[in-house]
Amino acid sequence: MADLVNVDYNTSIPNNVNLADDRRVLKALEKWHPGYLNWWNNMGPDGFQESLVYLRTAVSVDPKGWAKFGYVKMPEYRWGVLLAPQEEGRTIPCGEHAGQPAWQEVPGEYRALLRRLIVIQGDTEPASVEQQRHLGKTAPSLYDMRNLFQVNVEEGRHLWAMVYLLQKYFGADGREEADQLLYRQSGNEDHPRMLGAFNEATPDWLSFFMFTYFTDRDGKMQLEALAQSGFDPLSRTCRFMLTEEAHHMFVGETGVGRTIQRTCEVMKESGITDPYDVNRIRALGVIDLPTIQKKANMHYSLSLDLFGSEISTNAANAFHAGIKGRYKESKLEDDHKLDNDTYPVLRLIDGKVVVSNEPALSAINMRLRDDYVKDAAGGVNRWNNILKKEGIDFEITLPHVAFHRHQGEFSAIHADPEGNLISADEWAKRRDDWLPSKADGDFMDSLMKPQWEPGKYAGWISPPKVGIDNKPGDFEYVKIAGAALNS
Amino acid sequence: MNALVKQHLIDPEICIRCYTCEEHCPVDAITHDDNNVVVDVSKCNFCMDCISPCPTGSIDNWRIVATPYTLEEQFEWMELPAQEDGLEAGTDGGGSLEALEDEVGALLARAHEGTGGKPIAPASASKPSVNLFNRAKPARAVVQGNFRLTDAAAENDVRHIILSLGDQVFPVLEGQSVGVVVPGTDDAGKPHQPRLYSISSARDGEKPNANNIALTVKREPGGLASNYLCDLEKGAEIEITGPFGGTFLMPNDPAANIIMICTGTGSAPFRAFTERRRRTSPNASGRMHLYFGARRPEELPYFGPLKKVPESLLHQELCFSRVDGAAKEYVQDRMRKRADQLVPLLNDGNTHIFICGLKGMETGVDEALSDVCRGAGLDWASLKPLMRQSGRYHVETY
Repeated sequence: MADLVNVDYNTSIPNNVNLADDRRVLKALEKWHPGYLNWWNNMGPDGFQESLVYLRTAVSVDPKGWAKFGYVKMPEYRWGVLLAPQEEGRTIPCGEHAGQPAWQEVPGEYRALLRRLIVIQGDTEPASVEQQRHLGKTAPSLYDMRNLFQVNVEEGRHLWAMVYLLQKYFGADGREEADQLLYRQSGNEDHPRMLGAFNEATPDWLSFFMFTYFTDRDGKMQLEALAQSGFDPLSRTCRFMLTEEAHHMFVGETGVGRTIQRTCEVMKESGITDPYDVNRIRALGVIDLPTIQKKANMHYSLSLDLFGSEISTNAANAFHAGIKGRYKESKLEDDHKLDNDTYPVLRLIDGKVVVSNEPALSAINMRLRDDYVKDAAGGVNRWNNILKKEGIDFEITLPHVAFHRHQGEFSAIHADPEGNLISADEWAKRRDDWLPSKADGDFMDSLMKPQWEPGKYAGWISPPKVGIDNKPGDFEYVKIAGAALNS
Repeated sequence: MNALVKQHLIDPEICIRCYTCEEHCPVDAITHDDNNVVVDVSKCNFCMDCISPCPTGSIDNWRIVATPYTLEEQFEWMELPAQEDGLEAGTDGGGSLEALEDEVGALLARAHEGTGGKPIAPASASKPSVNLFNRAKPARAVVQGNFRLTDAAAENDVRHIILSLGDQVFPVLEGQSVGVVVPGTDDAGKPHQPRLYSISSARDGEKPNANNIALTVKREPGGLASNYLCDLEKGAEIEITGPFGGTFLMPNDPAANIIMICTGTGSAPFRAFTERRRRTSPNASGRMHLYFGARRPEELPYFGPLKKVPESLLHQELCFSRVDGAAKEYVQDRMRKRADQLVPLLNDGNTHIFICGLKGMETGVDEALSDVCRGAGLDWASLKPLMRQSGRYHVETY
C-alpha cells in the first residue's frame, strides 16, 4: 500500500499522493516542471539563485517530518505535491449537500466553479514571488533574507499544489490553466496577474512585512475557506498549505513589530517623545510611526478588496454548492445551510454607511472578511503592546473598512480612516496624510541598504527574539555566492 | 515541597496566535482564549509534535517549576515569567540542563569535570529533552537485539543492545544518555542507583523512525548493571530513565568539524554522531575525525562496521596498545603523529572536540593537544577555555 504520510522522493516530483502509480498526472507534471523552473529562474528572487539558503523542507506531512532544515540552493528546493492525510468518513460540511460524503472526484455540475476558484488561488502564489523578487538585494539581515526566500519557495510550492489539482482533475482545461499560471506576470501590461493587489511591486521591506501580514492573511482566510471544501482533494491541499502559511504571518507580524521596536528604542535613546517629530526621527535612520501607520492603512485596505463584493452571488453559489465553506465551518454550530439566516453587512445606502441585515448566503464574503478583520486586529494589539512597553504614546489602528476601497460597497466613495464620507477634493488634499506619499517612498528607499553580515541588522529594525530553528544570533542563514554580490 | 516538574510553555510575546500547534497536538493539550495560546501541564506528554510546525519558536519554552502554572495564570500573561531562581538556573542559554534528578546530575557533573569549567552545548545543537522519565515513572523498553561486538575469542565482552520504546515518546539527541534501573535492592535494602549509558544510535532511531535506541555496554566483572544488560535476551522488558545530558551534544551544523577521541565504549556517542551525519548530510563540508583506541582490533567495538565507513564521511585513526610484535600505541600517541591534520582543525572556529571514555585517558589526551598546539605556535591552555566557552570542547569520562 502506498505511504500517504511520508513523501516519496523517488519520482522526479516529491509527493505523498502516490504519483508513481499515477503515470498520467506524473507525466503531465513532469512536462510542466521545466517551465516552472524556467519561471523560477527568470521571475524568482533576483541574484540569489546560487546562494545556499537555510530552508525548511517537508519530508512528510505529519508534525515530525514537515519542517526539516538545511542549506539548499533555491532552484534545487524540493517543490512537491503534499496533501494533508485523508480523514476517514469526512462529509461535505456546508450547503445543500451538507452531511453527504465528501467528493473525491470533481462533481460535474460544479466543475467550472471549482476550476475558477483553484485558478484564482493559484494565480496569487507565483504573483507574490514576482512582486518580491528584488527585495533580496536590500535585505536588512541574512535572517530576514532567509525568511523572504522561505516565503518565496513556499509560495512556489503552493503553486505546485494548485497545479496538481488542475492537472489531476481538470484534463486538458487544467493543463491549459496550469500553463497560464506561468504565463501571466505581476504588473505585466499585456498579461497581468488576475487580482489587482498582486500587480504592484513590493517596493521596500516594510511593505513586504505589511504584505505578508495583511495580504497573505487574506490568502490564509481563503485557504481556510477552501480547506472546508466538500471537494476533498482541495480541502486536504489547503490544510497542508495553511501550516506553511503560518510562517508567512509570522514574518509579517514580527517584521512590523521589530521595526516598531527599533523606532521606539532610537526615539528613547535620543530623548524624542513626540512620535510626530517626523524629521528628527527620520534623521536617526529609523521609520517614524506615522509612516508605519500609513503603510498599514495602505496594505490593509488593499487586502480588504481581495475579499470581493460584500454581497455576492458567486460566493453564495460556492457555499451553497459545498465548494467553499466559512472560516472554521466544521466548528460552527448552525445548520450549515444558511437558507433562512441573515447576516449584518456594512453598506452604503442613501449616501450613508449603515448596517443592513442581508441574506446570510449572499453575505459569505462579508463574513469571511469580518473573521479576517478580527484575526488581523490581534497582531495590531501586539504591536501596540510594544509601544506601551516602550512608553511611546502612539497607537497603530486599523482604518475603517470604507477607507480607500476599490471593490464592493465603498468603491465609489471616499472616506477618511474613521469612516466619515468625504469629497473627492478633500480626499485629494488629505490623501498623503493617510497613505504613503512619494516623499515617504523616497525616504524608505534611502533606508533600504543591505546588511549581509551574519548577526548584524540594518539600523531601522531590531533583531528577532529567537532565531529560526533555534539558531544562534550570528547564524549565517544565507551563504551568498559571489554572483549575487556582483549582479 | 513537590517534586520539580519541567513545564512546557508558550512565550506570548513571540507567539502570533496562528493556532498551528493546537491543530497538531495529538492529546489536545493546547488551547487558547482571546489573549493567549497555552499548554495544559496535565496533558502534555512531551511528544514534541507541536515544535516543528510552530513558525515562531515561541512554543519551545520550558521552565522547571515546583508548582506548575495553571491555564488561568497562562491566559493572563503578557510575557513569559523568567525561570525561578534556585530551581534550575541552567535552563536558559544553550539548554545546559543535564538532568532533573540530583543523583543523575551529580553523575554527569563528575563525568564532565574534565571539560575544565561549566560545559556549554554546541551552538548548533538541537535543544535536548531531559528527564522525561524518572525512577518514579520509568519508560519501559523491550530488548530487540543483543549482539556481541567483540571477537568471540577476545576476553572482553562488549555488546550492542537495541531497545524498542514502543509508543512511548522518548526523544533523544546524539550524545545523550539513558539511565538503566536494575531491578531489586542493594544490601541495605534500597533500590539500586541508576547507571548511565550513552546512546549509540542517531536521534531518529537505530533504525530510522522505528522509535528504538541502541546502547554499547561492556561487561564488567562483578558489575551489576553491565551484567544485567549483557545477559538480557530478546523480548525482555527493562526500565529506563532519561534522556539525560544537555551539553555533550552533536552540533547540527554540517560545516562543523568534529574531532572525536575515545576508548572502548566511549565510542558509543560517536557512532551516533557518525550515523546522524551519514543520514542527514553525508556531503557535509565539516570534517569528522575519529581517534579510537583499544587493546587489539578484535576488542575494538564496531571494528567490522567501521571498516565500511568511507573516508569521505569519517577519517579514522584506530590505535592499539597490545598487538603482539607492535609497539604500544595510545590515542595520544597517534594525535601527536597527526599534528599536521589536527593543527588546521584547531585553528578553525568551526571545530569541536569531544572526548569520551575512561577517566584515565584525560591527562594523556590533554598533554597531546598541548604538544600539538605548541608545535604550531598555539597555546592550548588558552585555546581550551575559549573552545569550551563557545560550546566546542566536551569531555565525558567515567
